[in-house]
Amino acid sequence: MTKSILLVGVGGQGTILASKILTTGLMEAGYDVKMSEIHGMSQRGGSVSSQVRYGEKVYSPVIEKGAADMVVAFEKMEALRSLDYLKDGGTLVVNNEEIPSQSVVIGEEAYPADVLEEIRRHVDQVKVVDASGMAQKLGNEKAANMVLLGTIIHAMGLEQIHWDAILKDNIKPKFLELNQKAIQMGMGAVRE
Amino acid sequence: MRQLMTGDEAIARGAYEAGVRHAAAYPGTPSTEILENLSGYQEIETEWAPNEKVALESAIGAAIAGVRSMASMKHVGVNVAADPLFTWAYMGVNAGNVLITADEPGMYSSQNEQDNRNYAKAAKWAMMEPSDSQECLDMVKAAYELSESYDTPVMVRMTTRVCHSKSIVELGERKEAPAKEWEKNPAKYVCLPAIARNLRVKLEERMKELEAYSEKSPFNRAEYGSGKVGVIASGICYFYGKEVFGEEASYLKLGFTHPLPKKMIQDFCSRMDTVYILEENDPYIQEFVERLGVTCKIVGKDTFPPYGEMTPDVIRKRAKGEAFKTIDFDKSKLIARAPAFCAGCPHRGLFYRLGKRKDIMISGDIGCYTLAAGKPFTAMDSTVCMGASFSIGHGAQKAFNQTGSGKRVVAVLGDSTFFHTGINSLINTVYNQSNTVNIILDNRITGMTGHQDNPGTGFNAKGEPTTLIQIEELVRAIGVRHIRVINPNNLEEVDHTLDELLALDEPSVIITRWPCALKKFSQADRNEFTDLFASRNKVLEEKCVGCKKCLKAGCPAMSFDSETKKAVIHQTQCVGCDVCTQICKKDAIVKEG
Repeated sequence: MTKSILLVGVGGQGTILASKILTTGLMEAGYDVKMSEIHGMSQRGGSVSSQVRYGEKVYSPVIEKGAADMVVAFEKMEALRSLDYLKDGGTLVVNNEEIPSQSVVIGEEAYPADVLEEIRRHVDQVKVVDASGMAQKLGNEKAANMVLLGTIIHAMGLEQIHWDAILKDNIKPKFLELNQKAIQMGMGAVRE
Repeated sequence: MRQLMTGDEAIARGAYEAGVRHAAAYPGTPSTEILENLSGYQEIETEWAPNEKVALESAIGAAIAGVRSMASMKHVGVNVAADPLFTWAYMGVNAGNVLITADEPGMYSSQNEQDNRNYAKAAKWAMMEPSDSQECLDMVKAAYELSESYDTPVMVRMTTRVCHSKSIVELGERKEAPAKEWEKNPAKYVCLPAIARNLRVKLEERMKELEAYSEKSPFNRAEYGSGKVGVIASGICYFYGKEVFGEEASYLKLGFTHPLPKKMIQDFCSRMDTVYILEENDPYIQEFVERLGVTCKIVGKDTFPPYGEMTPDVIRKRAKGEAFKTIDFDKSKLIARAPAFCAGCPHRGLFYRLGKRKDIMISGDIGCYTLAAGKPFTAMDSTVCMGASFSIGHGAQKAFNQTGSGKRVVAVLGDSTFFHTGINSLINTVYNQSNTVNIILDNRITGMTGHQDNPGTGFNAKGEPTTLIQIEELVRAIGVRHIRVINPNNLEEVDHTLDELLALDEPSVIITRWPCALKKFSQADRNEFTDLFASRNKVLEEKCVGCKKCLKAGCPAMSFDSETKKAVIHQTQCVGCDVCTQICKKDAIVKEG
């Protein structure tokens, strides 16, 4: 059975690196894997998404609406925006972070205060993770993406994969330990 | 070795394994990463060409000279390259030649969604359409064999999802392709009318041979299921079809798609009651199938949309009337998140001031700066294609002058776009004398597509130093007498330069020279632009009156604290460009560091 994970966020949050590590791990574990990204304008503060699908044999690299087993949002508004991708009974992990968009900055519209409430109204399996705060505790806010990767690993039951080895191949030695710790922290965050 | 690769990476790998030695491209989403990856192989000479026509011609030259070559570009780039495209097919190759066209159904980063399979048909090229990364690699390798054995250039048509999705690829070894002998052969390579008439006849003969190949190509295959429902699909649509119709349906998977395999299609259709034809954009396969007079029911563009991506949900809904259950949430709570100029973007200051002028038409172009069309700048009145700003601006100014409307035109394009086709347009402006103000946004890099070098940066595709072409000297050589080089972050300089040049009766050029804030700065950048982003701007809370004027420059490093009613500059994002400092009337923003 093919599993589908949708990672969404804002350009610069590291969704692409997180999905690269995730897909490499899945491949090494023997799964067929496909991933699709839309990142044309990502460096300029737009929404970004990575769609990851794995299983015995994967056909489409694209996740259909209402068919994601798990949505992992690196930002609250992006969680809401992607809600219609989540399948009935699926799990939503959301980083408790708010990034104002251009329209909010210039005063065209306001960032609603009750985004999480709206999400909870519709989804039973919501895990709010303070990934940015946790990464900050580790000394670098940018490692929030690895905290969130940890939540995916735990929620999808992928702990048996040798993540440390995969990190070693994809992360500069200087940041290796930080990223390893961040993944561990993320795995614990959803366990609690 | 197995590796997860995007389609673009796999195309580059396939070219490497096929022994390609020369590759040229102009950056354009979703094709850019092909040449970027090719540049990583030292056996392959790679070039960023100033435009796609030049890229294809460079690849043609290498193929004539006897070396396997590749040109890669986005779909609209093929329009630019269309001139050599048609005649090159007449001539045939010496060493193998492949053109990659990366089409964009859904227009994630493009101005249109044309279906370039029509080019293969119109120009009579052989064509292949890969469905995943493994096929990208395999097809490119096969394309070079085919190109040489049938003496034809081969087009590989990709789409965004094939280019930018990753799947598992089995890598092979590089097999060197020894250079072929070049011999003088005007009857093949000089397309004079008398010669071209002969080649034209030969071209039809070659198409017949390719039709026969199409019937036996390993990339065209039927997979029979249990029922009488069939799917004919090419590219990514094959997998989308599998997702929706499953293993029970039968599939005719078409990978070699020009010319199409007539007998194979007839045979497949004769075994089916209903055949769904899945293809993005135009009914290219459908029209061919319908002309064959098959008796099964054909479901094509009468059911599926001819625009946008034909993802599994679209197919499921249109073909079966089904959809997965989705969560119905309050969409009014969504805020838009459109891309915006980065903190420190050198376009911000210019467009902030340009957008305030109500008496001008701003003729725009293709690049990051097209974002100026949106809020808060609304500083762009037309955008068509690469290099068009100067020429459209010229035509508009001529018309305004003729009708006596008094309107003035300011035309804007980037440095790479100027080298692409803007040069020709500026020559026209000077030669035919209109008094447009032409702005070249020289941010020292090709920004939009992710920082590729261009003729103005001093480095080539491999990152090696090369001759730097000075825009100012070039513009002067074209015959422009009024040239100003300004710092676009200095709003006063922007204003008075515009005032001065808008008063002229002849063409003028402004070069706004400041590097892209995301650029990896070269030593030359550091020498020229002193204290490059070395400081930060900061709000003095006691002086800020909360007027929000500074926020109207749309800087992502700024926000408004609704509790303190003061503007805030996020120090992790600010790079100290000083634009907000100049906007603030209360001197509440200062420089630090």
